Amino acid sequence: MSEMMTGAVSPLNGKTIATGFATVAEVGLKGMVSLRADLGSKALAKALKALGLKTPAPREIVTEGGRSVAWMSPDELLVLCGYAEAAGVATDLEKALAKEHALVANVSDARAMFTVAGARADEVLMKLCPVDFAALKPGEMRRTRSAQVAAALWRSGPEELSLICFRSVAGYVMGLLEVSSRKGGEIS
Amino acid sequence: MSQRLAKGGRLIDRTKPLTFTFNSTRYTGFAGDTLASALLGTGKSLLGRSFKYHRPRGLVASGVEEPNVLVNLGEGDRLEPDQRATTTELFDGAVAASQNHWPSLAFDVGAINDYAYRMFPAGFYYKTFMVSTWAWHKIFEPIVRQAAGLGAAPRRADPDRYEQAYAYCDVLVAGGGVAGLMAALKAAKEGKRVILAEQTAHWGGRAPVDGGEIEGMAPEAWVKKTLEVLGAMDNVRLMTRTMVAGVHDHGYVIVYERVADHTPGDDRPRHRLWRVRAGVTKVATGAIERPLAFAGNDIPGVMLASAVRDYIVNWAVSPGEEIIVVTNNDDAYRTALAALKAGLKVIAVLDARPTANGPLAEAVKAKGVRVMPGHAVSKVRGKSKVVAVEICKQESAGEVVEVLGCDVVAMSGGWSPVVHLYSHAGGKVLWDEAAAMFRPDPARPPTGDKAQPIAEVVGAANGALTLTALCAEAGLAGGAEAEAPLAPVWVMPAKAKDKLKFKAFLDFQNDVKVSDVQLAAREGYASVEHTKRYTTLGMATDQGKLSNINGLAVLSEALGQPIPQTGTTTFRPPYTPISFGAITGEARGEIFQPLRKTPMHGWHETHGVHWEPVGLWRRPYTYPRAGEGHRDSVNREIVNTRTNVGLLDASTLGKIVVNGPDAGKFLDMMYTNMMSTLPVGKCRYGLMCSDNGFLIDDGVVVRLSEDTWLCHTTSGGADHIHAHMEDWLQCEWWDWKVYTANLTEEYAQIAVVGPKARMLLEKLGGMDVSKEALPFMTFKEGELGGFPVRIYRISFSGELSYEIAVPANMGLALWEKLNEAGAAFSAMPYGTEALHVMRAEKGFIMIGDETDGTVIPQDLGLGWAISKKKEDYLGKRAQARVHMTDPDRWTLVGLETLDGSVLPDGVYAVDEGVNENNQRKVQGRVTSTYYSPVLNKGIAMGLVKHGPSRMGEVLDFPADNGVVIKARICDPVFYDKAGEKADV
Repeated sequence: MSEMMTGAVSPLNGKTIATGFATVAEVGLKGMVSLRADLGSKALAKALKALGLKTPAPREIVTEGGRSVAWMSPDELLVLCGYAEAAGVATDLEKALAKEHALVANVSDARAMFTVAGARADEVLMKLCPVDFAALKPGEMRRTRSAQVAAALWRSGPEELSLICFRSVAGYVMGLLEVSSRKGGEIS
Repeated sequence: MSQRLAKGGRLIDRTKPLTFTFNSTRYTGFAGDTLASALLGTGKSLLGRSFKYHRPRGLVASGVEEPNVLVNLGEGDRLEPDQRATTTELFDGAVAASQNHWPSLAFDVGAINDYAYRMFPAGFYYKTFMVSTWAWHKIFEPIVRQAAGLGAAPRRADPDRYEQAYAYCDVLVAGGGVAGLMAALKAAKEGKRVILAEQTAHWGGRAPVDGGEIEGMAPEAWVKKTLEVLGAMDNVRLMTRTMVAGVHDHGYVIVYERVADHTPGDDRPRHRLWRVRAGVTKVATGAIERPLAFAGNDIPGVMLASAVRDYIVNWAVSPGEEIIVVTNNDDAYRTALAALKAGLKVIAVLDARPTANGPLAEAVKAKGVRVMPGHAVSKVRGKSKVVAVEICKQESAGEVVEVLGCDVVAMSGGWSPVVHLYSHAGGKVLWDEAAAMFRPDPARPPTGDKAQPIAEVVGAANGALTLTALCAEAGLAGGAEAEAPLAPVWVMPAKAKDKLKFKAFLDFQNDVKVSDVQLAAREGYASVEHTKRYTTLGMATDQGKLSNINGLAVLSEALGQPIPQTGTTTFRPPYTPISFGAITGEARGEIFQPLRKTPMHGWHETHGVHWEPVGLWRRPYTYPRAGEGHRDSVNREIVNTRTNVGLLDASTLGKIVVNGPDAGKFLDMMYTNMMSTLPVGKCRYGLMCSDNGFLIDDGVVVRLSEDTWLCHTTSGGADHIHAHMEDWLQCEWWDWKVYTANLTEEYAQIAVVGPKARMLLEKLGGMDVSKEALPFMTFKEGELGGFPVRIYRISFSGELSYEIAVPANMGLALWEKLNEAGAAFSAMPYGTEALHVMRAEKGFIMIGDETDGTVIPQDLGLGWAISKKKEDYLGKRAQARVHMTDPDRWTLVGLETLDGSVLPDGVYAVDEGVNENNQRKVQGRVTSTYYSPVLNKGIAMGLVKHGPSRMGEVLDFPADNGVVIKARICDPVFYDKAGEKADV
């Protein structure tokens, strides 16, 4: 598998901008597996357990041992893992859910992921996303939009938010984050 | 003459002088000044020219309601027209210029309009310009264009930064006066999340100027103390220079923060537009003083009484030395007292009421000022400044009883609560007869999803015009001098003759006079909304903040009906104009719109691409080389692809995976063809129709496994076809076991096309791509040149063709490898135009060219792709309708010009005779047309009546300049009819 990864480059190749009042960065290669199934199913719970995870509650993101699983809709989850292991995770999930009506798709390459870090990280994203950041708790997955494109975000650290968007608009989202984190734009 | 007073000025800092320029002359003001107070402080009172008559104008007000003094602010790329001097905070180096005059402010040629005022009555525009369309185009429009507008439009892009932000709160308080502070404090103490927004740079509203006592303190001290309490609370956000612009449905409130207007160049965003979800908006927006309508009420030096005392108290600027106050209420006496305190002369107070005995009037009398009850202004004398006032009895036609010299007239016609925000989302107002004002009707507020009020009004905006009433409303101890009731005065004097009414202005900004509104009433305008449009009353950038109530009162009088029956015009957001920059926010330049990029986007850029927008994507149109025109490079790309091998970035193609036990059944409904019978490993071209039968998308469907299909859509169709599928699954067939996922961006897709395509793939190695191992219309997964790929043997060009899907993050690497390895086979990338020409040579239809929302597959000769065996599919029933089965429908054919030229796109084939509209009858049209470098002639497709049965017939296509192009109907497949080249 490893040699097959030759030439894999994330949309912005890990571009980071640290000149603003918060640091914005494209995360680089990240594994993501989309899963559509009956979220109440035992087979699903078992399959997630095998990954060290559990079925998240609505709007929850569960993180354990470097992997996460997020609730995306009443019949959709997103598993986040290492880029190299995503294909394997997808295969494992597919096998575990073989007898269920379920759709497993490796979407690692369809997405771009960003972090916004710093004490004022919320202030960058409150300019772009119609989200009540004061009410956004750690462990909550928020599907929203960032200016004109779809996005999902969550608190991934004490002073850090992570954001996912589609790959093709990674440059647009980086542009949004850059201008919104520019010094002088702090919201006092 | 106006001047800066030696002492006082609660808002200015005399230790910080600021220089600024007005009409190219340098002046000095102080920190804390507005541009208006600074100009007035330098002795300037003539500051602009009116819109229609070009009359000399000066400041009337001290705040957002100012109608006259709009300036061009800034220079070069920072020039901004129509900026209110009263709301522009002075900063060092500010540059402003007056507007609407030529050649100069002091001498303006346009002022001739003023002498010709009888030629410009209400409805002048309609009456004159609509005489004939010839006159409009040839005479009036050029003149109007020359004369139109107030300020100069900037010619260059705005260099400043703007942004938006979202906020959430339980209570949004609009207005930081005493009532707003009280409301914010109450809500904050209840633990609510509070945003308090004040449009100016200062807290406290009118109270610090007007005086009184709150909880035993002077207003200024109370404001300071309350702010300290609020500032210490975590649940409160205090915002100055922030105007609540509009209250919309569901408590969605637009708030306009002028972050850095007063500190230009400090790297902050200039404006920030807040989009707030507020549980309730507390409207504490105060009230605006009304002018009085008397002759000459617009001459520089005639000001609102409250503005006169604002300039004196806030900025230590006296608008003049000798003041006459004219009023219909007690509040205006405060101006007399403030003027006297500042050492100015108050010549007289003209009080339109028969008596003037309130405590404030008595206090003025006690200072020896002459108070004249029952008296009014007949006319103000002066041209570009007030010289004297001709005095008459209010109950008269204007016969002059006395003339008194003065240089300031401070007028007050009472106060109008600012009900705008309450009204934006549907709150109703009622007429308060006693106070002669519209105030919010508490029984009819704007309501939210549970019928709860989303706006509530407090303070002066609620009609509590005095500090006493306002404190009582909030349950606090406090108040000011008692005030006697006002007398409604809409025209001064009451029976003013026409000559006076011609110069009695209602709307200063649009030059609408009492006579205009009365004329409109005589001409039959009964609705206040119609009168507004006809006379332009209240239509300018101030939206009638001063003029509306007086105007509709005059209209009511003219119509002989009570004021509430006339009603108000509609209050619309924004409350005052907001900048385009703030509305645009971050959406400019590179991020004006999301630009979707394929993994190979950067490579295309560095290889001389000429882009074509496809939805939000950019796709390579062609890759011109040095010295090549686009047509040359397209031809080169086509010939090379048909001779050697071409590479196409096809990543934008939609890729939707559909899986589940019912997936086959579902796809049989979505497509006109039978997809459930497609064997695993095979590809099939399919058509999708809307439920109205019209063709909406096409593409190749492949069966990945027993219960999983992958549907390719057009590039532009990926998102809406996915939504279309989900719509049917979620709303109609919710019990079918089908899941879909849009994997468009997961894969980069590369088409390797041409006779040498196989050789190129074999060079990369790793997979058997022979005809036997990978026949036409099949696919295979494997490893090609070290890349995990899925290869489809499909062709949109008629050549031997492989479409290779690879994980997007490896797309660029594979693309580069193919280009590199392809050099040996003369591989070249080709763009969308070559793609289009090649598909047209093959007679393949293109969604958006051959289809336009009115075309069904049967029109395109695609009957073969419509399953006859299926009981149903989306569009089947619609396609059985009479109009759809009409044999006269235009049908797809090929077209070739007799001279080999290229038909213009979209041209019609004419028929004999004319239709009922005397237009030439038509019998067909061109849908795709190109030059084919392979066939060396123009080729086209079109829809023609009875087309396929008319092979060989020649049609006339009239083009531009009377040229008629003749083209013969032919088979739409121009190239390799048997399809032998693709299936090798």
